[in-house]
Amino acid sequence: MPSAQPDLEQPFAELGLKPDEYERIKEILGRRPTSSELAMYSVMWSEHCSYKSSKVHLRQFGEKAPKTDALLVGIGENAGVVDIGQGWAVTFKVESHNHPSYVEPYQGAATGVGGIVRDIISMGARPLAIMDPLRFGAANAPDTHRVLPGVIAGVGGYGNCLGLPNIGGELVFDESYAGNPLVNALCVGSMRHEDIHLASAKGVGNLVVLYGARTGGDGIGGVSVLASETFDADGPAKRPSVQVGDPFMEKLLIEATLEVLHAGLVEGIQDLGGAGISCATSELASNGEGGMHVWLDRVPLRDASLSPEEILMSESQERMCAIVTPGHIDAFMEICAKWDVEAVVIGEVTDTGKLVVQWHGEEIVNVPPRTVAHEGPVYERPYHRPSWQDALQANEPTASVIPRPESGEQLKETLLQLIGSPNLASKTWVTSQYDRYVLGNTVLAQPEDTGMIRIDEETGLGVAIATDCNARFTKLDPYNGAKLALAESYRNVSVSGAIPLAVTNCLNFGSPEDPEVMWQFAEATRGLADGCLELGVPVTGGNVSFYNQTGETAILPTPVVGVLGVIDDVERRTPMAWNKDSDGELIYVLGDTSDEFGGSEWAHIHGHLGGMPPKVDLQREKLLSEILVAASRDGMITAAHDISDGGFAIAIAEMAMRAGTGARLWIPDNIEPFIFLYAESTGRAVVVIPRSEELRFTEMCAARGLPAERVGVVDSGLGVDSGFPGEQVIVMGDYFTLTLEQLRETHEATLPAIFNS
Amino acid sequence: MARVVVNVMLKPEILDPQGRAVQGALGRLGLTGVTDVRQGKQFVIDLDGELDAHRSATLDKLAGELLSNPVIEDFTLTVSD
Repeated sequence: MPSAQPDLEQPFAELGLKPDEYERIKEILGRRPTSSELAMYSVMWSEHCSYKSSKVHLRQFGEKAPKTDALLVGIGENAGVVDIGQGWAVTFKVESHNHPSYVEPYQGAATGVGGIVRDIISMGARPLAIMDPLRFGAANAPDTHRVLPGVIAGVGGYGNCLGLPNIGGELVFDESYAGNPLVNALCVGSMRHEDIHLASAKGVGNLVVLYGARTGGDGIGGVSVLASETFDADGPAKRPSVQVGDPFMEKLLIEATLEVLHAGLVEGIQDLGGAGISCATSELASNGEGGMHVWLDRVPLRDASLSPEEILMSESQERMCAIVTPGHIDAFMEICAKWDVEAVVIGEVTDTGKLVVQWHGEEIVNVPPRTVAHEGPVYERPYHRPSWQDALQANEPTASVIPRPESGEQLKETLLQLIGSPNLASKTWVTSQYDRYVLGNTVLAQPEDTGMIRIDEETGLGVAIATDCNARFTKLDPYNGAKLALAESYRNVSVSGAIPLAVTNCLNFGSPEDPEVMWQFAEATRGLADGCLELGVPVTGGNVSFYNQTGETAILPTPVVGVLGVIDDVERRTPMAWNKDSDGELIYVLGDTSDEFGGSEWAHIHGHLGGMPPKVDLQREKLLSEILVAASRDGMITAAHDISDGGFAIAIAEMAMRAGTGARLWIPDNIEPFIFLYAESTGRAVVVIPRSEELRFTEMCAARGLPAERVGVVDSGLGVDSGFPGEQVIVMGDYFTLTLEQLRETHEATLPAIFNS
Repeated sequence: MARVVVNVMLKPEILDPQGRAVQGALGRLGLTGVTDVRQGKQFVIDLDGELDAHRSATLDKLAGELLSNPVIEDFTLTVSD
């Protein structure tokens, strides 16, 4: 047994452990931990790996899970698996890489993509596409200028090298993210039902194989030091060595992993992410027979001077761990060699109930793996409603707080202001750096409401995914804000004609040690769990990122929600915009519009955040979804677009710009034009209907009780009469006329003007 | 006239995928015994007049902020005439 110098103070605090956590380790072991054990516990018990502050709240996702047959693998594994029919299953998950991306934007974002891709392959699925929900500080802030280009290049660089399309995501600017950008990455993969694999080390005597890149000093302590402590206001003081990704190695790892899985050579598999070998060995052992013996000196190193503690904690990228029977090991090694992937047997599965690690003949770790991986500390952090919450909610953006536009000219200016504001401006500057169509299965990608990919080339079976969160809504009302994020994501999937099936989430919040932040978290998780139950879509997994704050200031609570839907045949998808043959087709608004501006884009561009977010009615969302899916299936609609950020006027402008054809619109008599154009009431969509289908469609809406109002017609010939001969124009009743050219110029100039300088 | 040469290299602990790829290619193309390859970049900066203390300090600062990424790279700065 390793004997240390008993008088020497152990640096548990520097490793991020609290005194009582350190005491608990001593209690579990009945002695002082060795330095290697301390390293292991410290990374595995960090907030990032142990979910110690969030666990008690996340339980609701399981407890309130709706009954569904769609879920083949639930929460707790590397990623959840959803049955989409025809023998196919998909797995998808979103994770955060916020703090590393602030320190080193390019590599932080790149390794974020790499990490989530490995989660998907460790389930046995082939990765198909990536999405990236991103949040930055104010667009014109110097820090955003430093961080954003690197993050975009990192996401694009890694994904493009892997040959995976990036089919969407979000790009949101808000001051609260200054110094703490959010870089979330989502990956979706597909597999046949029989190919699902789980992370467990079964079968005594089976071998533990580490394969992929060599281990170096990357991100040592990154997990506990980086992800679980707040940045000081004066910049990134702590700089452990940054993880550097190698996408070409990852590509080899994908191919080698899928080949060994399909050949049936693997009993259990786990990717190496945060906490590296510590995490993989303890989780595999804990999920399997309960014991494992590891010869740590067999780990291939990039830097021979690494200490065993560092090897245990290293976050070197592009590594995987597999459990292989002795009979299969030669075949396994052969496949790895074929792909030029280094593989080494580093250990053996045992039933001793102990994870034992040896270093050149000396035993340096001897712990029960469950205590490392699954029985870490659980905190019931105190929380309370912030004292300022009532005042915030009372501060509605009424006409007396922000003057509202009334005249046609003012309403037109408002549209131009909004469509050119960084949050609503064209994201082409970003998405043109990503490959959206590689692999040839991308059906819809940005700027569409949802990303859609074909899974089966024979039948046309496909999936659609959207991620959303208006964090201003969550700040105003965390419970309903989380439901609103879910509702928007659910709606975005539905407008494409796909049936929403499952949910993933990435919960980005400030410090859990702040009771007011903890309240936001508790409320948001409760809202999301209730919302998922009401909509009948289960949460399949996700990720929590705490400590997103600079100094005392926490970010807006940002529970990013991803919804996945299935479509039987991608041929019958509904695009967001009408097309060149749509002349004369009718434009309808579905749903109700009311005076709701709390947390809206309109309030945001006036520097206002207050009031209540729009009301959320999930039964209405469900109905809207069913109508949109039915209309898509029966070919009743040409286009459908979700109404959210910026309201109806923005939705119409986006559709017209995408279509390249103008439209004539009128504003219903019973509503104030400003409210009709810019309110962000939810449960709404714009649909475009061929005249021949109008009756059938409106009768369906009437029978189901969904309000549908005709508000316009697609018209390519409005230029001459409105004084813009030869141009495509939008005519908004008697209020204003705008050419698509004017809209485009404003919409597309914003991001290049800020980030190309 | 002064000439300043700034060499920028990845810090030793940082993975260098390009260097690794070159190392692999060297081996495939017949060079035996290559144990490591690290790839960096070099800036050759010609200046009018003398390199006084102020300009030298500015250069040193910019080499750390503009020419290299202090998070993952080291630089060396040498002056030749």
